[in-house]
Amino acid sequence: MAGRIKIRAQKKGELTEVKALMRHPMETGMRKDQAGESIPAHFITEVAVLHGDQTVMQAHWGAAVSANPFLGVRFQGGQSGDAVRVVWTDNQGGTGEGETTIR
Amino acid sequence: MNDTIKGRVSRRRLLNWAAALGALMTLPARAWATGSRPETAFDATALDQALMALGQTPTRHEGVIFTTPDIAENGAVVPIRVEVDQTVLPNVSKVSVLVEMNPNPLAAVFDIAPGTEVYIETRVKVAQTGNLYAVVESDGQLFMASRETKVTLGGCGG
Repeated sequence: MAGRIKIRAQKKGELTEVKALMRHPMETGMRKDQAGESIPAHFITEVAVLHGDQTVMQAHWGAAVSANPFLGVRFQGGQSGDAVRVVWTDNQGGTGEGETTIR
Repeated sequence: MNDTIKGRVSRRRLLNWAAALGALMTLPARAWATGSRPETAFDATALDQALMALGQTPTRHEGVIFTTPDIAENGAVVPIRVEVDQTVLPNVSKVSVLVEMNPNPLAAVFDIAPGTEVYIETRVKVAQTGNLYAVVESDGQLFMASRETKVTLGGCGG
């Protein structure tokens, strides 16, 4: 399962503001379905934000991050037109990726 | 004898090439390895345990600016923001977010590269009314801020 990411990168003065919205159920593994069977844990464990080939932020997540996670970060040194990428992997081996250019 | 040495050298060289090639091909993945996942802290089931697993007991500090809603109507989606006053807390390399009343209090750890602003926005699940903690690592020391968020509808039962 490769999830797409809605991503926007906007230059605000010295800083570039990145906002990303990932599609993911972020199941904790503690919930049960209607039949009373537990729903297996399924959540994003690693996320990285890259500016070109530089990692500006790398996050480790637990299941307590909300479903369809939102992430906002700011970094210095971005120029209009530069590529910004957000990538994730989850605990079931799934990955997601989104790319945009700085406006 | 000579042959053996030659064989060893070329094998080592081959391994080096393979390693270099591998590193090149997995560049983003390699960059991820800058901070390893703090498994023990994520597995902790109590706040004290989780804080201890992060290194040391953090000191409260006004330089950690932690924004959370006073009241969350839906505990499944609680927006949070962590910022730092970099004039008093320089060189922040890590930001962690903990939710006291969750089954596993540690929600997320962010490794911040130099040059990245200490500004994190995300949304977390909050099981029930309790404190939320933001812990930052500045020059190797841990500092924190906490905020109480009242939850009218729990976040973990779904």
